[in-house]
Amino acid sequence: MEIPYTVKPRPDTGLYNAKLGIWLFLASEVMLFGGLFSSYILLRVGADLWPHGMLSIPIGTFNTFVLIASSVTVVMAWANLKLGNPGKFKFYMAITILCALGFLSVKSYEYYVKFTHYDVWFKDDATAEKYFKAAYGEKGPEEVRELFVDRFHLHNTNAKYDPAQIQLVGHIAGNPLCTNLKKLLAAKQETIKFTADPPKGSHEHPHEIEVKLSDVQRLSAYVPAHSTFFAIYFTITALHGLHVLGGALVLAYFLFTVDKWWKKAPEQFTNRIEVGGLFWHFVDLVWIFLFPIIYLL
Amino acid sequence: MQATTQTHSQEAHSHEHHHDPGFLRSYVFSSDHKVIGIQYGFTALAFLFFGFLLMMCMRWQIAKPGLPVPIVGPLLEHLLGDVAKGGVMSPDLYNAFGAMHGTIMVFLAVVPLAFAAFGNYVVPLQIGAVDMAFPRINMASYQCFAAGGVVMFVSFFIPGGAAAGGWTSYSPLATIIPTQGQTFWLIGMVLLITSSLLGAVNFIATVIQLRAPGMTWMRMPFFVWAQFVTAFILLLAFPPLEAAGILQLVDKVFGSSFFLPTGLIVSGKPLDVSGGGSPLLWQHLFWFLGHPEVYVLILPAMGVISEIIACNTRKPLWGYKSLVYSVLAVGFISFIVWAHHMYLTGMGTKISTFFQTTTMIISIPSVIILTCLFMSLWGGSIRFNTPMLFALAFLPMFGIGGLTGLPLGFNFSDLHLHDSYYVIAHFHYVVAPGTIFALFAGVYFWYPKMTGRYMNETLGKIHFWLSLAGMNLVFMPMFFQGLYGMSRRMSDGGATYALANPANEGIVTALTNTVIHLNVFITHAALLLLVAQIPFIINVFMSMFNGKPVESDNPWQATTLDWQTPTPPPHGNFTKEIVVYRGPYEYSVPGASSDFIPQNQPDAKPAK
Amino acid sequence: MSHDHSHSHGPGEACAHDHGHDDHNSPEYIQKTIKKYLMVGGILFGGTVLTVLMYYVHIPSVAITIAVALLIASVKAGFVAGVFMHLSDERKMIYGVLLCTVFFLIGLMALTIWAMHDQPFQTMIGGKPA
Repeated sequence: MEIPYTVKPRPDTGLYNAKLGIWLFLASEVMLFGGLFSSYILLRVGADLWPHGMLSIPIGTFNTFVLIASSVTVVMAWANLKLGNPGKFKFYMAITILCALGFLSVKSYEYYVKFTHYDVWFKDDATAEKYFKAAYGEKGPEEVRELFVDRFHLHNTNAKYDPAQIQLVGHIAGNPLCTNLKKLLAAKQETIKFTADPPKGSHEHPHEIEVKLSDVQRLSAYVPAHSTFFAIYFTITALHGLHVLGGALVLAYFLFTVDKWWKKAPEQFTNRIEVGGLFWHFVDLVWIFLFPIIYLL
Repeated sequence: MQATTQTHSQEAHSHEHHHDPGFLRSYVFSSDHKVIGIQYGFTALAFLFFGFLLMMCMRWQIAKPGLPVPIVGPLLEHLLGDVAKGGVMSPDLYNAFGAMHGTIMVFLAVVPLAFAAFGNYVVPLQIGAVDMAFPRINMASYQCFAAGGVVMFVSFFIPGGAAAGGWTSYSPLATIIPTQGQTFWLIGMVLLITSSLLGAVNFIATVIQLRAPGMTWMRMPFFVWAQFVTAFILLLAFPPLEAAGILQLVDKVFGSSFFLPTGLIVSGKPLDVSGGGSPLLWQHLFWFLGHPEVYVLILPAMGVISEIIACNTRKPLWGYKSLVYSVLAVGFISFIVWAHHMYLTGMGTKISTFFQTTTMIISIPSVIILTCLFMSLWGGSIRFNTPMLFALAFLPMFGIGGLTGLPLGFNFSDLHLHDSYYVIAHFHYVVAPGTIFALFAGVYFWYPKMTGRYMNETLGKIHFWLSLAGMNLVFMPMFFQGLYGMSRRMSDGGATYALANPANEGIVTALTNTVIHLNVFITHAALLLLVAQIPFIINVFMSMFNGKPVESDNPWQATTLDWQTPTPPPHGNFTKEIVVYRGPYEYSVPGASSDFIPQNQPDAKPAK
Repeated sequence: MSHDHSHSHGPGEACAHDHGHDDHNSPEYIQKTIKKYLMVGGILFGGTVLTVLMYYVHIPSVAITIAVALLIASVKAGFVAGVFMHLSDERKMIYGVLLCTVFFLIGLMALTIWAMHDQPFQTMIGGKPA
């Protein structure tokens, strides 16, 4: 028993099975990411305020370049296989996998930075003002307001001082990962040492202040629970990251077994690379939309 | 399990077919579509029965609120603890059973049985393929399904019990229930969705790529068309629900608020979340699958019915082409009707008119399909065997289910009927005496092919008549309860609500005693339905060993390719090269020597 | 290419296997496509640079920013799909599948967004009651 058209295309459709299979799979992936993008649009359009510039654009741009490069190399690997050149295939495929690893490492670093960066909301205006002044000096409330205006792109409005929205941004001493008020209180902590972010247009961090947890209304790292923006950012990029990881594993398998396969079934192997490549391009394609939508807009 | 005489490539592949693969490879980790189909079938039937038992417990609670469940009460208390104290179902347990009854019946019983079990077993046979296009993916699909089933089943026994937010899992309710049942539900769903996705890719690729020579699109049996469209629906409608499931999982596990609005107050306290989410978003994503899912439930059933009707009337299906175009139209339009489930969410008039219109439009091809099947009976010499009885009952039962759906598709009448027992009666008429009857019909019909033995006709007829009576006695009264305004999801069957209106007889808004008493009647009818399934269970197992052996490989004298194989079909399905020469339903062709001409029979030289 | 598989499935099919696509497999053709791939790679890099530059330039109109960014992304995506994934030269079957997908995706997005905005009372996501 032999399943037909695993290697050669079926004459009337012009396709071999796996190629049709991967395109069907990609169609469902389009709907999956489409559903997530729709959610993003709806949540964003419906939100009162949407933060901007929360993510590092240089890092995002770098990762975009990395993924594009990997897309080029994977198609080069396939083309060289078609030319009957497994040596060059190995070269290009190795670069592809390095790119994937690079992408994932950079992404992990980005996540780490977010997980250790905190927003603190205070219980009332007076308390908040006290801490703003402690952090930035007498001009504290104004500095914080400017950061707030900048984050939510409220430049041409007369955004008011809103304690529900204006918060102190920065790092907790010791760089704890993903902690929150509940966890800190559960650990019987009463105060934290906090370094606020530099004021707008400067790069110098203000000096460390001490924040009493009893004054704090809410405290959150940049994690999904922080806000809808971070929730959707982490969900989509993590799902995309899983796709990168899965794709890289499959491509790595091809790279390590090329000699065996090339001897046994060169045509089938070339098809497999094409199919694997199609998936890889799709992952790149998602990122092409993801990058401007989440980082830039 | 012999390799067939089909052509082998000269090249030695790593696949080995020449020696017996052993028990595990043959029956547990098999990549043969027939074994996988049967695995799906048995798992799904087991879940069907389990889901039915959940419902029996709920029905008891509705009829006799506050009294211990007979027979299984102590067991419930023993297994589940305080939620079933003294063998009485608490409202929490009722909610969990309700949510899981829906989930299990839809995602673990009917879809796997209709699409995965019959589809896997029959589709490759009917198109003359040796197997599915991707046998190992097929196996992975079943394993994902089994894992999803295990996760769902295990969730009953975790602290706090299973998901209790309804099978639709609307947020915020589903998210803010503090126990982890919903988390299990979501993980289970992600597994089940992955399974259907793999299955759908496989089905579509198989139908497109592996049709035997001569099997053109318009020579495919209607069953294959129905499965093909179903696979497309699963492929493209499920992923948005997967997206929604992932978002809700992040809400639940990482505390985000995709579906939680700002300022939500739970038990008098503001919820400690960032807010800014949209509960409606969940409903949109859910129903984007949820409505096409209805067609996932019904289209394979229609396919099964059409095969059985054509064979047992001994005449071609009436309007094969209109059937095919209608099923394509249904599949297509099913993607743009979903928000008719959401008229009560405060939709504007324009958008609800849009969805109302598309909903009415989709009823046209559905009615065409049903009409064609009815017309197919005209002038046939009908064999009233068990599969045909179920098929014949399907037609009016699905008719009732479908037609009672129209008032729900109009937004003005939906305002009254929404979330009432009328809705329950409507969709159960579609799924229970509709789809499930079709599936029973399919089991009786293909059983001889799978085992080489007929199922017992007497037991089959007892099963049929009792089930038909039971189904109607259960669901017909619910229409009246619903029209009287009885809401669904009330754990005491409306008793409290009725008591709150003391002088309730004669008051239009209150539930009358008659309506409440119908609960007891329905519960008795459900018991009848339970009893009706006993002959079926006995029949399935008994006939395997001492059913009447089939006289030939084609016991029903059917035309389609699934009957032109050895019985049961070996690995690789066909012992001869299959070439298709004709359409799928050449029954009673004038001048032919027998009353059926198999699809793979070449044209004889004209007699005269 | 080597052809060591020979399936014979039914009459009239076996012969059709190898022809029709030979020009797409010839070394010259592939050499040419390799050049094309590198060029597209260049375009993708350029597009990315352009998008990022646009961010730093600060176009005052939000609508235009979004439109231009999405336009560039779509062009890039078009190149990836068209050239890298050979969609510019694919089979009817795949176009059919993708057309359905795009149709349903647009349906999902457009109808959901429409539904969210056609509400008698603006009680949607975080909004204030009218």
